[in-house]
Amino acid sequence: MPAASDALVRARSLTKRFNAFTAVDGIDFEVPAGGSFGFLGPNGAGKTSTMRMIACASPVTSGELRVIGMDPRTDAREIKARLGVVPQIDNLDQELTVRENLEMYARYFDIPAAVARQRASELLEFVQLAERAKDQVEPLSGGMKRRLTIARALINEPELVILDEPTTGLDPQARHLLWERLYQLKRRGATLIITTHYMDEAEQLCDRLVVMDKARIVAEGSPRQLIDQYSTREVLELRLPDADRGRRNGQLDGLADRIEELPDRTLLYTDDGERALDAVHARQIPVESALVRRSSLEDVFLRLTGRTLVE
Amino acid sequence: MQRSGSLAPAARVFLRNWLVYRRIWYRSLFFGFLQPFMFLTAMGVGLGGLLVASRAAFGGLDYIHFLGPGLLAATAMQVATFESTYPIMNKIMWGRNYEAMLSTPLGTRHIVLGELGWIGFRLATVAAIFLVVLTIFRITATPIALLAVPVTVLTGWGFSASLIAFTATQRNDLGFSWIFRFVINPLFLFSGTFFPLTQLPAPLQVAAWATPLFHAAELIRGLILNRLDPATAPLHLLYLVVFAAVGVALADRNLARRMRA
Ligand SMILES: Nc1ncnc2c1ncn2[C@@H]1O[C@H](COP(=O)(O)OP(=O)(O)OP(=O)(O)O)[C@@H](O)[C@H]1O
Ligand SMILES: [Mg+2]
Repeated sequence: MPAASDALVRARSLTKRFNAFTAVDGIDFEVPAGGSFGFLGPNGAGKTSTMRMIACASPVTSGELRVIGMDPRTDAREIKARLGVVPQIDNLDQELTVRENLEMYARYFDIPAAVARQRASELLEFVQLAERAKDQVEPLSGGMKRRLTIARALINEPELVILDEPTTGLDPQARHLLWERLYQLKRRGATLIITTHYMDEAEQLCDRLVVMDKARIVAEGSPRQLIDQYSTREVLELRLPDADRGRRNGQLDGLADRIEELPDRTLLYTDDGERALDAVHARQIPVESALVRRSSLEDVFLRLTGRTLVE
Repeated sequence: MQRSGSLAPAARVFLRNWLVYRRIWYRSLFFGFLQPFMFLTAMGVGLGGLLVASRAAFGGLDYIHFLGPGLLAATAMQVATFESTYPIMNKIMWGRNYEAMLSTPLGTRHIVLGELGWIGFRLATVAAIFLVVLTIFRITATPIALLAVPVTVLTGWGFSASLIAFTATQRNDLGFSWIFRFVINPLFLFSGTFFPLTQLPAPLQVAAWATPLFHAAELIRGLILNRLDPATAPLHLLYLVVFAAVGVALADRNLARRMRA
């Protein structure tokens, strides 16, 4: 294989079909070694389908896919030996204890028992579950199960860790703890692929990301680049009285580079939100509430697809 | 090369089941003893005592001698069936154990081999305890009876592999009650476990003759009572080997299809 790139994962026209339905529609991307790479997209965008192909859990329908320089069609065993996988739906072994989950999983990788015990202890410390080592898995909280799944994914010291919605369903505290652990993991040199439909998560964790929608990639870049490219520096969010909704035509014209009408809010995209707000007041437009904030990936997504990310 | 390469990974699937089982093994052994003990007391001693006039129909045997070995064959079927339906469905769908295993270097073939190895181990313990019970009732004739252990395992593999193959095609557990009602229960009742097939109407005799449990019951009975018929025994054995081989091939194929969506 030519040393074409130092990408850990490379996809060309990657496609996944379930019978007639196309879940991933000819996408191209490259995940560089080191750092973390995000797949941001709404429900059904095709994130999990893509992750499962990378993890050799689901056959590629067509197109080219290389993972750590190998082909999932022929080298699945070798690839899987070097991957860590955190699936969207937990698949911890409910009949084993916390520690047994790690040690047994290590045995599946042919890791000797003594090494498995050692690594299990370190990883339980790392995800702050050492006190629960002897407990059954079932009564753990959602966040603890997620942390255990991450610890399990690290048992074979993988070069590449795939995390499919690592924090969905967790409360903010549990999410922040997880983010912090993932950040540590990245600093140790692992490459992470993270899917999420939380834009704050993507902004926090991802060095680069692709935005997926309806089986396709609609944009790619660092969070900063995407925001610069597809949005303005600031956003003025207005809540206007319902009665005015219909009669607002033209009232706001010229106050911003772009205006988005959402069911509950109106968004004015501009590099200077405060000035836009002053102008709104100057025109004596009645406003229930107003907020000036920086642009986020949410705005990028809205711009690209005309829809909000989390319905 | 390929084959020996499959055994070490399969052994880890076996090990996983052992980790779970070792917490309950004594319970399992206790019930493994209690069940045949009660059955043989009730039906062998209690009911069989009333059948002394019919010894000719049971090949000149006391009823309990006819029943005991047949019951071992039927137990092999039941244990294999139980272990290969809901628990396998759980590992495919509800608990997703196989998904987790398959994200490691393990493949579906290792899973099938590991599960069958486990079933084999379970059935060997079931058969061993059963032989103890049969010996208490003075049913075992000679040490040849020990050969009933591998035949019980072989019988269980046939049922287990076939049911793993079936389970791998199912999207919910509705199919199981169908299998229990229309396959397992009729086999249990009409395969020469409780009475000789000659008691059945001729067409049913032919049907029963074609079932795996009949051949298992005949072979196990012959071994335990040391009354093996050298003319038919190899055929019974051949039937069970083919049954298991076809089952394993189907299980391997169906589980691979199921897990690679
Ligand atoms: N095994 C399957 N059979 C048929 N269709 C499937 C299968 N798996 C996924 N799909 C469909 O493919 C599409 C993409 O699903 P996928 O799970 O990849 O999306 P996702 O981006 O991960 O969404 P979410 O955020 O909800 O997890 C969906 O419409 C889904 O219904
Ligand atoms: Mg998903």
